[in-house]
Amino acid sequence: MKADPRGVLTGTHFMDGDHACCEGALAAGARFAAGYPITPSTEVVERFAQRVPTVGGCFIQMEDELAASITLQGGVWGGAKAFTVTSGPGFSLMMEHIGYAAMTETPCVFVDVQRGGPSTGLPTLPAQGDMMQARWGSHGDYEIIALCPNSPQECFDLTIKAFNLAEEFRVPVMFMMDEVVGHMTEKVVIPPADEIEVTPRKHTHKSVEDYLPYGTNGDMVPEMAHAGEGYKFHVTGLTHDERGYPNMTPKMQQKLVTRLQNKILSATDRISMFEEEGTADADVVVVSYGITSRVAQRAIEMARADGLKVGKLRLITAWPFPENKIRQLAAHIKAFVVPELNLGQMVREVERAAAGKAQTFLVPHAGGSVHHPEEILAFIQEAVR
Amino acid sequence: MTTLVSPIPGNPVEPFLRSDRMPHIWCPGCGIGTTVNCFAEALIESKIDLKTLALVSGIGCTGRVAGYVKLDSFHTTHGRAIPFATGLKLANPGLNVVVYSGDGDLSAIGGNHLIHAARRNIDLKVICVNNLIYAMTGGQTAPTTPGHATTSTSPYGTFEPSFNLPHLVEAAGAVYVARWTTFHVRQLARSITEAFNKKGFSFIEVISPCPTLYQRRNKMGDGLETMKYYKEKSKTKHGAPTSEVGLTLNGEIIVGKFVDRDRPDYSTLLKAQMHESLGDKYVDYDEEQGYACSADGGCEEDSCH
Repeated sequence: MKADPRGVLTGTHFMDGDHACCEGALAAGARFAAGYPITPSTEVVERFAQRVPTVGGCFIQMEDELAASITLQGGVWGGAKAFTVTSGPGFSLMMEHIGYAAMTETPCVFVDVQRGGPSTGLPTLPAQGDMMQARWGSHGDYEIIALCPNSPQECFDLTIKAFNLAEEFRVPVMFMMDEVVGHMTEKVVIPPADEIEVTPRKHTHKSVEDYLPYGTNGDMVPEMAHAGEGYKFHVTGLTHDERGYPNMTPKMQQKLVTRLQNKILSATDRISMFEEEGTADADVVVVSYGITSRVAQRAIEMARADGLKVGKLRLITAWPFPENKIRQLAAHIKAFVVPELNLGQMVREVERAAAGKAQTFLVPHAGGSVHHPEEILAFIQEAVR
Repeated sequence: MTTLVSPIPGNPVEPFLRSDRMPHIWCPGCGIGTTVNCFAEALIESKIDLKTLALVSGIGCTGRVAGYVKLDSFHTTHGRAIPFATGLKLANPGLNVVVYSGDGDLSAIGGNHLIHAARRNIDLKVICVNNLIYAMTGGQTAPTTPGHATTSTSPYGTFEPSFNLPHLVEAAGAVYVARWTTFHVRQLARSITEAFNKKGFSFIEVISPCPTLYQRRNKMGDGLETMKYYKEKSKTKHGAPTSEVGLTLNGEIIVGKFVDRDRPDYSTLLKAQMHESLGDKYVDYDEEQGYACSADGGCEEDSCH
């Protein structure tokens, strides 16, 4: 369906990534957010708090991130599209509720504007240190989807995508920004509402008698009901059967947790988004994401100017990890170069998928600024040899 | 073989329960089932439309209530029933939202949310079953455990001062505060009914036995003994200053309706502020369409009109 025009600020704007993310959420139909202030993410909800009362919706500032990350889920079961926004320390506090959203199949979006860690770390400076936490941070086995914008325009476009994926798969989607992308101001074009595709909730049309809250039909994604519609359904974080009733047997655990994983993993190739260029005859492919991809672009251009055959693979989806793509590339290149604003996170996935077919070089950076293109270039030069 | 025949055809509270989930997990002599019975009586008495009623629980023995009531019900994470309920209520203000959970869940791990929901005066009905310990995990000390009581983590006796929950929530801003024991079934049902008719943050504490862990360890007898104890030691004092209703190990239990006052709830304040600041630009929650409109298919869907 098309976006509700009330939430769409059609036009050409000069806007930072945080504000663009907020506009993306509004365009996607988010009408409820719960947040707790934390640098460098707060501008997203500041703008939402200003805008949402004029489009029909509600923002509440909660007492902490534990509250924010579950309040938004109450909002979802009350019928709204909802999200929360945070940065590293708050993201750590939200982990339990990412697990709850995965287990209860609550469609929602967690925006993480990454800053330097661990702990309080670098509140105002960038990092990409939460990439593994986004995937593995809550206990138990589950799958999420994570997107990595590299510009304010993508903060708008991909926030809509994040909400659409959340609704399609009934899964929490991690929107992995970073301080630079969040605070960078660039041109953002917001199209007319009728050009924005929005995925509606997978709402059940079944009768009360026929409705099974966690029953599925082949696609592994159950239909949802909202509180107050007469279904009298039950939702629990305990291992549950198709009725939503607790059923804590190894058999049920196997069935449920496997489905929660497979509904995402089986759709990996469909979910995966990446930007690929110059890989066909490349010796080296630079794999990057988020702000680092823009520095990598410069390094790739410098290397090509020196006559090196360098390809680009920019991950837009970090999770589920596009391992088929890496495997295909590994078969015909010498090496991957992976610059990240951390000391080695997504590079582990690249190395795993490459499975020894191609070498993998990490260009580490502990965060606080972005790489110098020359640092990445040096690794490209080494990798080509 | 004798067949037991119920003296009345069907139990009057049966329509409110998921009978396909019986038997429940609660121990013999546990008071939680009694409180659920009172809750069901209050639903009958208040004639509330069950379709509009959602029940949210946290984790623990009382947290299991959500799984047994035939309502839209949410068994959330430990301590977070109140913030979940807050989101539910704000996204759909037409819902009547009940939070049904235990003392450890609501006042320890969820203590921050308890006081802030009371401060905001979110329109929630909170039923707090207080068995004075963490029962589900084996009887550990809770913030509510009275001094000198023995628990599994206070084998030599509790010495931490305990929370006086009515005093806490009154200070934080609750508009309705009552306390009963599981002996006071009629009074409890009446209080729940009153809370349904009250707009704002209502808090009902129910002192309830845990014969398996609390009563046994403290040599207070079984469930029946505890009922006798509640009967003898309880003193009804409506309007009692909540600063004076703290619990002790063997002392008097002050019960009654302590607070019944009016102040605007969160949604009323929100709307007033938005109308004042934004005037005609404010798009209010729509009873027909809700905020849910866009989640569910925008205004193109039939369900929205």
